[in-house]
Amino acid sequence: MAGHWAPPDFSLRCIHVWRRNLLVWKKLAIASMIGNLADPMLYMLGFGYGLGSMMPEAFGTSYLAFLAAGTVCSSTMMSASFEAMYSGFSRMHMQKTWEAIMNAPLSLDDVVLGETLWAASKSLLSGLAVLMVAAILGLCASSLTLWVIPVIFLTGLAFGGLGLIMTALSPSYDFFVYYMTLVITPMMLMSGVFFPAEQLPMALQIATALLPLSHSIELVRPLMNGTLPAQWSLHLFTLALYAIIGFYVALALTRRRLLK
Amino acid sequence: MSHLRVRALRKSYGTNVVVDGIDLDLVRGECFGLLGPNGAGKTTTLRLCLGLTEADSGEIHVLNVPVPQEARRARARIGVVPQMDNLDPDFTVRENLQVYGRYFDLSKQEVDARIPALLDFAGLGSRGDDNIRALSGGMKRRLTLARALINDPDLIFLDEPTTGLDPQARHLIWQRLRQLVAQGKTIFLTTHFMDEAERLCSRLAVMDHGRMIAGGTPRELVDRHIQPQVVEVFGDGAESWAQQVGSGLAERCETAGETVFCYVHDATALIDDLGKRPDLRYVHRPANLEDVFLRLTGRDLRD
Repeated sequence: MAGHWAPPDFSLRCIHVWRRNLLVWKKLAIASMIGNLADPMLYMLGFGYGLGSMMPEAFGTSYLAFLAAGTVCSSTMMSASFEAMYSGFSRMHMQKTWEAIMNAPLSLDDVVLGETLWAASKSLLSGLAVLMVAAILGLCASSLTLWVIPVIFLTGLAFGGLGLIMTALSPSYDFFVYYMTLVITPMMLMSGVFFPAEQLPMALQIATALLPLSHSIELVRPLMNGTLPAQWSLHLFTLALYAIIGFYVALALTRRRLLK
Repeated sequence: MSHLRVRALRKSYGTNVVVDGIDLDLVRGECFGLLGPNGAGKTTTLRLCLGLTEADSGEIHVLNVPVPQEARRARARIGVVPQMDNLDPDFTVRENLQVYGRYFDLSKQEVDARIPALLDFAGLGSRGDDNIRALSGGMKRRLTLARALINDPDLIFLDEPTTGLDPQARHLIWQRLRQLVAQGKTIFLTTHFMDEAERLCSRLAVMDHGRMIAGGTPRELVDRHIQPQVVEVFGDGAESWAQQVGSGLAERCETAGETVFCYVHDATALIDDLGKRPDLRYVHRPANLEDVFLRLTGRDLRD
């Protein structure tokens, strides 16, 4: 290699990697969609109605509406992370699917890009599922909500890239538990899914402002409420930065792992 | 026409030199076998030729395409059968071929038109809709071979294609590979089965510690590197017999465990002597590739 950090070299064939994963997903689509819905539904309805009834209109909206926006983002994050890590590791390490693909005229760069796009696509389905439920519950105030869809995809790209970094480093499935408990869960608790981040001590607020999930939520929540997010360009830029840097680091580390 | 041209290829990991300056030339329609013990550098050589790892120095041209610079273009005309099966367990037999065909930018029509012939070739004519998990090891191997042919490649790389198969399954794979050579495909296979190499390959090279230590047709290798007759002697007294008698009568004597291998041009004297030794059993046979291989790479275990 001209170094593992050489610029990416993609071909359009990366789309075949995406289509391969889609074909597998189609076989398990119903189970997968139920999974996409069940977990966020439990959080949303449990906390939303349970906690929400104790603090009506605490956040300018109903607590359920507040939570719905957070859940769209956290579901997207979870779905992209799981796909990139557990499913990605299966394809890379257990089934050697990537190896088979690289014997055809695709490069590892094509594979990693196809996998990132796939993780984002799958997380888009999760995010959309929650968004639809929110719409049915009457929690999507205006047509601005449609802008949530590209934000979900961008969020998926960011967490897909980060997840693939873990996959590139991982010796086994157990490794992902560290990332989930040390990174993903704290991020979910701190980034304003369940309560406004402003409730946190200042130091934590600053840390939170650096996390991708909080930028995703800062975009999605106002859009679902029918207002244009303050500083939307900053949030979009930060998410895009996470997506690009995450992807690039994942690519370099995967090259180091597989192209020996 | 050159289908593979390798010059002064070198690859090391840290201080461990895995491929140490090798040259290779394959012409269209030949079956070339790369032999070597575990860790000799065979698989690394293959990965280098496919552009999956970059050499420290040297040149590779596959089907006149420079690798790794244009590896994707080269791989479009290559078929690969890896050492471990990596079929897609979530797909049926047919879907495996369909999805693999897409990687070569083949249209669905093109792939579907090729599949019946490929399934026949693999002896899986009626198993198209079976799940991969329902296939035996031999069937999986044949499907992997069929998958490698989806793009109608000019050159096929096989990394230990029959490791782990039973004799029936191995013979069927060999038969198919001979068919491919008859069709004009070029085959590059690595193996450590000498019978496989002897039966399939028109030309062989023996690799050890990253270097090519011998090369030629199977016959040439035997003629050049070893005496034509072998007498294997077993029994409690074999070792002392070898020291007192065998080493005098044979041109070369080797002891491995309780067996003594005597290599000679004319075994008459040895056989006469062994006739007087009812306590020793022996086998008299012509020398084969395995004798050459052990002669060249030694009898020590390589793990």
